[in-house]
Amino acid sequence: MRAILVSKWTKVAIFIFCLMPFGDLVWRIIKSDLGANPVEYLQHATGDWTIRFLVFTLSITPFRKLLRLPDLIRFRRMLGLFAFFYVSLHFLTYLGPDQSFDLSAMWKDVAKRPFITVGFAAFVLLIPLAITSTTGWIRRLGGKRWQLLHRSIYVAAVCGVIHYYWLVKSDVRKPLFYGALVGILLLWRLGNWFFKKGSAVAAKLSAQRAPANSSQ
Amino acid sequence: MLIRKAPDLTYADITPRSVYLDRRKFLRAMGLVGATAAAGKGLFDLAWPPETALAATQFSGLIKSPFSTTEKQNTLNDVSHYNNFYEFGSEKSDPAKNAQNFKTSPWTVSVEGEVKTARKFTVDEILKLAPLEERIYRHRCVERWSIVVPWIGFSLSVLLKLVEPTPKARYVAFQTFYDPRQMPEAKYGGIDFPYVEGLRLDEAMNPLALLCVGMYGETLPPQDGAPVRMVIPWKYGYKSIKSMVKIRFQEKEPPTTWNRYSSSEYGFYSNVNPNVDHPRWSQAKERRLGEIFTRNTVIFNGYGDQVASMYNGMDLKKFH
Ligand code: HEM
Repeated sequence: MRAILVSKWTKVAIFIFCLMPFGDLVWRIIKSDLGANPVEYLQHATGDWTIRFLVFTLSITPFRKLLRLPDLIRFRRMLGLFAFFYVSLHFLTYLGPDQSFDLSAMWKDVAKRPFITVGFAAFVLLIPLAITSTTGWIRRLGGKRWQLLHRSIYVAAVCGVIHYYWLVKSDVRKPLFYGALVGILLLWRLGNWFFKKGSAVAAKLSAQRAPANSSQ
Repeated sequence: MLIRKAPDLTYADITPRSVYLDRRKFLRAMGLVGATAAAGKGLFDLAWPPETALAATQFSGLIKSPFSTTEKQNTLNDVSHYNNFYEFGSEKSDPAKNAQNFKTSPWTVSVEGEVKTARKFTVDEILKLAPLEERIYRHRCVERWSIVVPWIGFSLSVLLKLVEPTPKARYVAFQTFYDPRQMPEAKYGGIDFPYVEGLRLDEAMNPLALLCVGMYGETLPPQDGAPVRMVIPWKYGYKSIKSMVKIRFQEKEPPTTWNRYSSSEYGFYSNVNPNVDHPRWSQAKERRLGEIFTRNTVIFNGYGDQVASMYNGMDLKKFH
């Protein structure tokens, strides 16, 4: 298993998988196969893939621990960057077709529509994470500070779910589904944190530092 | 204006587009009646997916309407594959898939309440009430998209006058057919069923309010509200109730489905108005299906000349 996870080809395969939704959209644009409302199709598809990639990214740490597969960490940065890639496309479908690239109209809309405000907040929160995703930036910031900064993905994911919940008209099944996934992934961390705190106290009592964990 | 004698037209007279696909008529033509037909129909249902039986039938001799717009029409394919019909699912693509087996015949529309002659109309009877017109209307959804559709029908006022409303009648309530067995997706929609809508009597009597039995020269596809629906072009799309089974005259303002769901977002009047935003989004613009960029929304969806006077002196923000 480990050999598969650390193989360069696995990374390449996952990269291609992550690009497939994008490829599908490009293919559909070429074939004009985007249904009656192409802009909405692109907007919804990119929004859907953003929330999915945020969930994938947030699942890495729990899966590493639960499945005892620490090498899964090799894919986390890529998944997070794909979330950012799709939210950027998503944002472009809004800035372009919806707002006609009119920045002042966009700001007004962002300020006025709560569902846009939280979506925009999520997007803005993800920008520094994408920029500081490189190894160089981890070194520059130091592990602790980098980790703290990158915890804002929790807030971004929650904002993404609220954004989705607020924009649907009355059928809330899908936003609740993603809300449940994000909730479980965050609660797991909370539980883990309490658990670690408990064991850290125990470890202190036996005069031994618990080893710092590089993941969040 | 359009005072012509109603043609003697029945549902069965309309030229079938694909007779060979219409198993019900096929059976009738073969003289397979009674028990044989029932048994045969059951077998056919098993052997032949019923959707093939729902092929649309064509109307002929439609009268052109002066209310029609000359704007570019959307395609039948777009208008029948991008639908809000929550009984058949809440995604735009759901109704086209889930409504194919919707049983729209036999069908009656019950007209009741504050009228002298309450009665039921079959679809055949409705088709005989007035000459059928083609009316090309703009249709603006509350979700900021719009379409241009050649509907078929006649003014609802024809039917309303026929039943003679009493002086107490001030509102007209409409109801959509509901059958959870045929509409299993409805329970996930988040709104209450049966779907209900309503108009003030003067709105219902406005000649623009269309009692609609078809579009694009044909009978309505099930996902577009077959066999008979309303089209009220100056109001947001959800006011144009689909697959209608009841029309009720009453003294009080009737409850309406989306208003019950969220009264701050969906008012009773729901006139298209770029100056009154939906709490969650602006109504100033809309996207015509098939276009990339948005266009400005026009008050009363551009039908102000015909309808604005009905709202003189009313605060359109308060009565949104
Ligand atoms: C992490 C950030 C974001 C996530 C997770 C996200 C997710 C989503 C999802 C899941 C949908 C609905 C897709 C569907 O119905 O299938 C959606 C729709 C939408 N999003 Fe986002 N989004 C984000 C950021 C943004 C931003 C930054 C903007 C614009 C400033 C934006 C504007 C929109 C718009 C306009 C819609 C369509 C609403 C409608 O159809 O009425 N989103 N988004």
